[in-house]
Amino acid sequence: MEVLTYLIPISLILGGIGLVAFLYTVKSNQYDDPEGDARRILSSEWDDHPKP
Amino acid sequence: MRPPTAACPGCIAAPATPVEDTPTEAKIAISLPTIHCQGCISTVERELSAHPGVHSARVNLTLKRAMIEADPDVTAADLVPVLEGAGYEAHELDAGSLSATQTDKAGRDLLMRLAVAGFASMNVMLLSVSVWSGATDATRDMFHWISAAITLPAIAFSAQPFFKSAWSALSVGRLNMDVPIVLAIVLALVTSLWETTLSGEHAYFDAALALTFFLLAGRYLDYRTRAVARSAAEELAALEVPRAILLTDAGEQEVAVATLQVGDLVLVRPGGRMPVDGEIVTGQSELDRSLLTGETLPVFAEPGITVSAGEVNLTGPLTIRATAVGEDTSLHRMADLVAIAESGRSRYTSLADSAAKLYAPGVHILSALSFVGWYIYSGDLRTALNIAAAVLIITCPCALGLAVPAVTTAASGRLFKKGMLIKHATALERLAQVDTVVFDKTGTLTAGTPDLTNLGDFSRADLEIALALAEASSHPLSQALTKAARDAGITPAAVQDIIEVPGYGTEGNVNGLRVRLGRAAWVGADQGAQTAAWLVVAGQVPQAFLYTDALRPGAEEAVRNLQQAGKDVLLISGDTTGAVEALANRLGITKWVAEALPQDKATRIQQLADKGHKVLMVGDGLNDTAALAAAHVSISPASALDAARVASDIVLLGQDLSPIADACDTAIRATKRIRENFRIATVYNVIAVPLAVMGLATPLIAALAMSSSSITVSLNALRLR
Repeated sequence: MEVLTYLIPISLILGGIGLVAFLYTVKSNQYDDPEGDARRILSSEWDDHPKP
Repeated sequence: MRPPTAACPGCIAAPATPVEDTPTEAKIAISLPTIHCQGCISTVERELSAHPGVHSARVNLTLKRAMIEADPDVTAADLVPVLEGAGYEAHELDAGSLSATQTDKAGRDLLMRLAVAGFASMNVMLLSVSVWSGATDATRDMFHWISAAITLPAIAFSAQPFFKSAWSALSVGRLNMDVPIVLAIVLALVTSLWETTLSGEHAYFDAALALTFFLLAGRYLDYRTRAVARSAAEELAALEVPRAILLTDAGEQEVAVATLQVGDLVLVRPGGRMPVDGEIVTGQSELDRSLLTGETLPVFAEPGITVSAGEVNLTGPLTIRATAVGEDTSLHRMADLVAIAESGRSRYTSLADSAAKLYAPGVHILSALSFVGWYIYSGDLRTALNIAAAVLIITCPCALGLAVPAVTTAASGRLFKKGMLIKHATALERLAQVDTVVFDKTGTLTAGTPDLTNLGDFSRADLEIALALAEASSHPLSQALTKAARDAGITPAAVQDIIEVPGYGTEGNVNGLRVRLGRAAWVGADQGAQTAAWLVVAGQVPQAFLYTDALRPGAEEAVRNLQQAGKDVLLISGDTTGAVEALANRLGITKWVAEALPQDKATRIQQLADKGHKVLMVGDGLNDTAALAAAHVSISPASALDAARVASDIVLLGQDLSPIADACDTAIRATKRIRENFRIATVYNVIAVPLAVMGLATPLIAALAMSSSSITVSLNALRLR
């Protein structure tokens, strides 16, 4: 049962990372245009280097 | 951070940052109703970015809108032609009316709470599953304590909307659905903590979190549906940019309508809408009053005539002196009528409210009874409290909280795809009860554009002359004539010296003969009952081009389908008897009323309502607003006046009327699903509640009942799509 001392904190931290990542995406307006974002990956613009 | 220090002493004198006196960037919003793919996004963004002065342009495909940041001197008027040149329909949006949709704080707030509840409940569920699968003694206690450490802060954050809503209901002495929810959450936490301190077997931390999560999901769905409708409605409002041309000593000046004052001189160009009530000072033209009165015939306008805000100027530029602005215009006074009529509608109780009214006290009584019963039977406060908490948790309205929003989201999404915007939360439920449909004529059943009927009565030579004259004018009748003649393969004759006389018509010379196309009085003929434009060639008898109002696409289908569905269809219009009768016969409507005043329309609908009918009103004009508000449920087309759209529950986004019959059908099915969902939720309770009251419920049973009923209800709602 000693393994629990690792596993429980690990599971909590992983969950926490997921939550923080989600909150970050919400805060940075990433859900404003789901349809457009889904289409934008099809564009060949900015394939070579990121948009400045 | 320190401010950057200057490299040489001479630079110190210069200010380090530019002084911002004027805004350095203009934010422009443009509506792009036709964009649909990646190619459109790229083209639009490229075209806009290439325009001088534009800093950045970003397309939002979900909202079909482009947001542009540019130099202050760039206006939307510069950018719209750029996009139209690239083949996209583009309209300027009023940034002021849009501001509300851009910062969607409430939605984001709910989403955050939903996320926290979701993540916390996943973690706690993990621990709970270990307990259910056999963890005992110290391990179980540790799991319970960890669960408590996650649950308490998570609930404190994510359940706040319920706490607030329950408190606001309790503080005015009422019960709403949130009161049993809050009681269940709090009681579950308290008994679970108590059990944990005593190393007890059952803790309901996971149940409290799952409950919060499912209920927040319902809230969020509900919120999204309304936010989508609101943003689309705002976009419609933003399409009418409230600007007017003010004439001052310095010349013409474009100003916001809100800044106009009584006595100001305002220029209204052909095609423009009157921004204020006023009197014509100079200019001659014709006025389209159909949105205000329902009359289809344009009215002649000359100096001295009074005009009302909302009328459309058709042919020549008019200068008007404002006599009433803003709130005092006849357009706004109509809002009072609407306010009176609307008080009637708030009497409707939604299905969810009536369910809550039955449900909330029932749950409390049941839970209190089991507490008292078990306390008397066992004499143990702990057992009694545990069982009372179990009863509350199991009966808690997870499924009920999802039952209505899941269905309305699915139904609204379906109707939105067909071009209908559900603005009001209970509109679908009310639409399902409709048994009588009242249509307005002008602008609703008819498109408001004329159709030429007697092209065949003219000789080819006359048509060629008429076409040449008609092409020189932007008057709706001329345009209809041009279209009909062109479709018939007529080519314009050579007519010299064509001039348009605003308010009268166009004239010119053919081989030295004077030809005129225009009003009856101007060409020396008698005005008939029908809409007509007259052609006269010097020395000959004037001939009339007769027009009928073109039907809106789908009008016949909508009326036929509604009649087939067993609904009573009525036509009430402010137009003349002849026009209304003709249209009613054409559409097969047997009950019609003509020359109705705005108040008559509302009274008629009130009379129908008093007889127990549930009336659906479809209308677009200012003369319909009172009727729209008085009806049980109301629909207006997107072309309607702002006031009419505000007063109606559903807005038709496209030109087509046929979705109306479909909407009634969808509404009936949606209401059926909502009732089904209530029944499903009840069945789960009927099975689980006796177990809870008998003290046989475990956290596992609670979790199973709660999740499976919520999922069943959501799946049932999805069948609507």
